[in-house]
Amino acid sequence: MKWLAILLCVPAWGQVSYHRIVNAGNEPGNWLTYSGNYQGHRFSPLSQVTPANVSSIRVRWAYQMDAQTEVSPIVVDGVMYVSGPNTAAALDVRTGRELWTWKRPIPKDYQNIGFGRVNRGPAILDDQIFVATLDCYLVALDAKSGLERWSSKVADFKPGYSMTLAPLAIRGKVLVGVSGGETGIRGFVDAYDAKTGDRVWRFYTIPGPGEPGNETWPGDSWKTGGGSAWVTGSYDPETNLVYWGIGNPGPDWNPDSRRGDNLYTCSLVALDGDTGKLKWYFQFTPNDSHDWDSTHVPVLFEGDVRGVRRKLVAVANRNAFYYVLDRSTGAFIAGRAYAKQTWAKGLDASGHPIVIPNTEPSEAGTLVWPNLNGATVWFSPSYSPPEGLLYVAVREISSIYYKRKAEYKPGTFFAGGGEANPPGGTPSGAIRALEPTTGVMRWEFKMHTAPWAGVLSTAGGLVFSGSDEGNFFALDAKTGKPLWDFQTGGGIAANPISFNIDGKQSIAIAAGRVLYVFSQ
Amino acid sequence: MRCWVLSCLLATYTLAQSRPDAATAGRSIFESQCSLCHGQTGGGGRGPALNRPKLDRAPDDAALRTLIMEGSGDMPGAWQLHPDELASVAAFVRSLGTLPQEVVPGDPASGARIYRVRGCASCHMVAGQGAGFGPELTAIGSRRNAAFLRQTILKPASALPDGFQYVAAIQPSGPTVRGIRVNEDSFTIQLRDAGGHYHSFRKSELKELRRLEGETPMPSYEGQITGAALDDLVAYLAGLKGKP
Repeated sequence: MKWLAILLCVPAWGQVSYHRIVNAGNEPGNWLTYSGNYQGHRFSPLSQVTPANVSSIRVRWAYQMDAQTEVSPIVVDGVMYVSGPNTAAALDVRTGRELWTWKRPIPKDYQNIGFGRVNRGPAILDDQIFVATLDCYLVALDAKSGLERWSSKVADFKPGYSMTLAPLAIRGKVLVGVSGGETGIRGFVDAYDAKTGDRVWRFYTIPGPGEPGNETWPGDSWKTGGGSAWVTGSYDPETNLVYWGIGNPGPDWNPDSRRGDNLYTCSLVALDGDTGKLKWYFQFTPNDSHDWDSTHVPVLFEGDVRGVRRKLVAVANRNAFYYVLDRSTGAFIAGRAYAKQTWAKGLDASGHPIVIPNTEPSEAGTLVWPNLNGATVWFSPSYSPPEGLLYVAVREISSIYYKRKAEYKPGTFFAGGGEANPPGGTPSGAIRALEPTTGVMRWEFKMHTAPWAGVLSTAGGLVFSGSDEGNFFALDAKTGKPLWDFQTGGGIAANPISFNIDGKQSIAIAAGRVLYVFSQ
Repeated sequence: MRCWVLSCLLATYTLAQSRPDAATAGRSIFESQCSLCHGQTGGGGRGPALNRPKLDRAPDDAALRTLIMEGSGDMPGAWQLHPDELASVAAFVRSLGTLPQEVVPGDPASGARIYRVRGCASCHMVAGQGAGFGPELTAIGSRRNAAFLRQTILKPASALPDGFQYVAAIQPSGPTVRGIRVNEDSFTIQLRDAGGHYHSFRKSELKELRRLEGETPMPSYEGQITGAALDDLVAYLAGLKGKP
């Protein structure tokens, strides 16, 4: 009863204005958007848990989900919001007990082709929670009751469209991008009016006839060119620019029918938040044939470049290169490999890869580092302003890439090949700390296998991440020294967050089907 | 998840009429992707022999295609194949069934006696009999061909399974523990020693975790089991096709 009273006494409970999210750093006890702030930092300003005392954190509660979970929760004023495949729930942050749940049936004829039936988190704006569903609806729920306010059809799931990402709520709008790059979709990023659910704009990731960039697609190949947009973007409130990573071209491993750069696949795009109009793009992997989606959370930060303070955006890419771009213009500033790769000699002065011949997939198979899941993938990097370091979970793994026939039939696998593990290969992984303006490595923590978990850094001087074998662990943010670890019992394919419970710093991570919350 | 997707694809795939050239088209895929384990002409090796009219785990063509696509156990799934290519590989595998099978000389009953006398059961288990330190052998004959088994007896280190690792956990004080790695993560490792006992270590508490690359606790029997005795032992092992 006392707890309930506390919940009810919080003024404007659940009211999360756009300005609160812009100033998320002012309320570090909450976690208001997918990456913790609009800049994609996944950094907590909380500093109670430190290298000196992290060994004393314990499981405070655990919450069982219906299915394998990759959720990155939202925490607001004593309530945690989580989502799963076509599900959502509000939890009491003190106990993990449910306050409400919501579910939308998954249609019997829904198919997830090329990815798992997962959901990576909800979004909040004002008094509504937003969830992107597998069957491609964006749903707004009342934050207090979980009742559905509106749902908008984003696309027809039958040809292969789907959504697994956490939406991004900006001023008055909710942004989503689609999955389905292995089924010959034409990808897009959409913005919906947060109050009505009406679509405000759509940015097609593949330009249509007459639009600049369409000439990079021969014939009708643009119609089935993929270019999904399945990872949450970042946002610069000062310039109202949205930064979004775009997926691979299709068919994935057979580029014969789509010779050309295939814009804007494997690119970072900067879009006007009001109109969705393209401000600039930077393509990391032209004419990709290894399934190296450029779907990452872009990290926005300020850094000194040759003595001049500049607004930058960084991407540790699936293709194993780290890139720093001017975030106003998209101009290439710096880049270098941050993991083993065998497909490019390096980057030229404009950031384009110098591709090594005969590294494309072939009928007999071509051995290339990294593998199709890349040197890192959808899980988040982290940027710590006090440490001045960018942390990334790295996968050191190769593949034999095969090229096969590709034939487009709506709603079927349109990939033109695939990959196999090389015999005797020993994949490994690491958490690496990079200098953000150069990508030079400062330290690494080696892992037993290639990870699937993102990274959280904290003002207390810690870096949290997880392993495929279920270890959730804390490293010293300055040195990478391991300080604490806990066996969760389930593979970790999720991003950690940090927030307060009654003024005590807490950390949450999803593992297997369970969401764990730790605090001292 | 990918397996699920592919099984759906398979379910919706209408059976193509077998064309005479289907097996020929499947040959090149088989040779590049399957022969490393199953042999160029399906005679087997690390994987089971396929030059048999009946395949234990693929009683019909639909089951064969599913097995190729989804994989099983050590065998990876060839999920990247187009349905036409899948059908052609399956047709090629079926065509191997008309080839002569491997002739295994030797007397299995005599081989069973050698197995017992040489103490193989002190490490291996067959049908519930023996120790569980080394690989379980109840169905080894359906997983490996005779040539591979012969090689393993003579040069065990040349035929280690993927993921096999023999390690020495060297403690700051206390005995060094040698054993087969049972499980491992970034912080801990679990071993089983020759006595069948499990050991668990935090890596940070060990003086050294030495990975004995290419080593195995199984001794080489080269020069010790020879001639007819070796043929008999191989015949016994090749005939072990029971359910483990």
